[in-house]
Amino acid sequence: MSTINHTQDELIDEFGLFEDWADKYEYLIDLGKKLLPMSESFKTEENVIKGCQSKVWLHAEKQGDLVVFQADSEAIIVKGMISMLIRVLSNHTPEEIMKADLYFIDQIGMSQHLAQTRSNGLVAMVKQMKNYALAFNALS
Amino acid sequence: MAEKLDLNLIRKDFPILDQQVNGSPLVYFDNAATTQKPHVVIDALHRYYTQDNANIHRGLHTLAERATTGYELTRTKLKDFLHAPSTDQIIFTSGTTAGINLVAQTYGRANFRAGDVILVSNLEHHSNIVPWQMIAEETGAAVQVIPVDELGVLDMVAYQSLLTDRVKLVAVNHVSNAIGTINPIKQMIDMAHRVGAKILIDGAQSVAHFDIDVQDLGMDFFVFSAHKLFGPTGVGVLYGKRELLESMPPYQGGGEMIKEVSFSGTTYNELPYKFEAGTPNIADVYAFGFALDYLASLPQNAVWEQEKALLDYATEQLSQIDGLRIVGQAPEKIAVVSFVIEGVHPQDIGVLLDKFGVAIRTGHHCAQPLMARYDLVGTCRASFAFYNTKEEIDLFVKALKRCLMMLS
Ligand SMILES: Cc1ncc(COP(=O)(O)O)c(C=O)c1O
Repeated sequence: MSTINHTQDELIDEFGLFEDWADKYEYLIDLGKKLLPMSESFKTEENVIKGCQSKVWLHAEKQGDLVVFQADSEAIIVKGMISMLIRVLSNHTPEEIMKADLYFIDQIGMSQHLAQTRSNGLVAMVKQMKNYALAFNALS
Repeated sequence: MAEKLDLNLIRKDFPILDQQVNGSPLVYFDNAATTQKPHVVIDALHRYYTQDNANIHRGLHTLAERATTGYELTRTKLKDFLHAPSTDQIIFTSGTTAGINLVAQTYGRANFRAGDVILVSNLEHHSNIVPWQMIAEETGAAVQVIPVDELGVLDMVAYQSLLTDRVKLVAVNHVSNAIGTINPIKQMIDMAHRVGAKILIDGAQSVAHFDIDVQDLGMDFFVFSAHKLFGPTGVGVLYGKRELLESMPPYQGGGEMIKEVSFSGTTYNELPYKFEAGTPNIADVYAFGFALDYLASLPQNAVWEQEKALLDYATEQLSQIDGLRIVGQAPEKIAVVSFVIEGVHPQDIGVLLDKFGVAIRTGHHCAQPLMARYDLVGTCRASFAFYNTKEEIDLFVKALKRCLMMLS
């Protein structure tokens, strides 16, 4: 099982292959399209994180010792971001998730999407992922 | 034949336009959100703070005199700009939103009663909805809505039937910020007055495009923001009919708005100062005057022609894109094109266009009830000013096609 930082470094390497922004975004869009579909039963009002322009749905559950996330969005670029966040954070223990420092976003040049706090719900999503970890940690 | 604008010269008046964004020349098509500022406005701000800054109306010294004169000169220019009968009826606020809240909290609170009706339209910006909901809640009045049809045109038959004698005030925009519809305000004002209702016109989106004659149109209140009229942010204007403004209680209390203060009672200053409590935004008001001068120096017909040409060209070019639908196809529109593309979220288009240096607005445009009416999460909106060019539209359309290829 690879560590959170190992996955982040992998992503940084993958993005390092692209020369210009367009290639990067095409890759991100592709990640968005390939995001595993979230089961419709989890797309509930309670799981919605409302951005000003697009919604994000996030569901978390504990499988053994590990937290597993599922998420979706209406916008494909946000879905690409979600796909990376899930790849990095899902299937880790609550403690690992709570401690994670998500440096890859800045390093692959995508911090802009986390700066647009109000428009896309991504910041709130990261916070919510950590909150779930915190809650699962308290329960165990 | 009317004069044409020399766009090369005009664009030099707006220094911000000449820059690269994300490696491409900036294409600024978000003029409905805010317009860019000509040199004369930027220079005036600099000059004010380097030479004239002082507090107004209270000092006797030379700088106070200069600052006061500069501030009041803009009021005089606005009286001419709006064809208002007097400068007393020009009240400075911080923007359209502030002007609407002022009227709701003073006129509304003093006049609305349980059972009264405030009429707004389905085309309104949240700024012209929420302040009315707030005062309705306090007073027991009800907010009712003039419906809009598929094209984006207000239903005047429904308006007529909604206009009962319970209607105290109608609040509608002159032009819709989200889809560009120009509303028939002259007719709407006359209709409101026939049942004894007052009417407030939100001119945020119209002042940059039309000559406004408040006396000819006859509205009771007119509000707009300087920043959408090539002036600075943080300045707005409220025009009102004299007898209404005089009868209204003050809004905020403080300095400037009083005549005499004592603990046994306070008397209020006259118009317009009654509504301008505290130190106002002197520098920006002063600089705004230069935006008005700048506009007056342009051949008005040529400005209209240019905006119309941009609207027609953009509509024609965008209509050729597969799956693209223009939202808002009223016969009378300003130079705004709102659109959606099948299967694509507007936010994705906005993010990618920015990478090509193109600034448009995506989302609900602070008009969620209108988006709900058309069952949309939002639209992409390109909004033009006279300094935009057909070449920029070509760049925009080319970039949009690339975005759609990336997203497909
Ligand atoms: C029609 C309309 N009304 C009101 C406003 C609010 O203006 P401001 O934010 O300057 O107060 C806007 C601005 O977007 C607008 O377009």
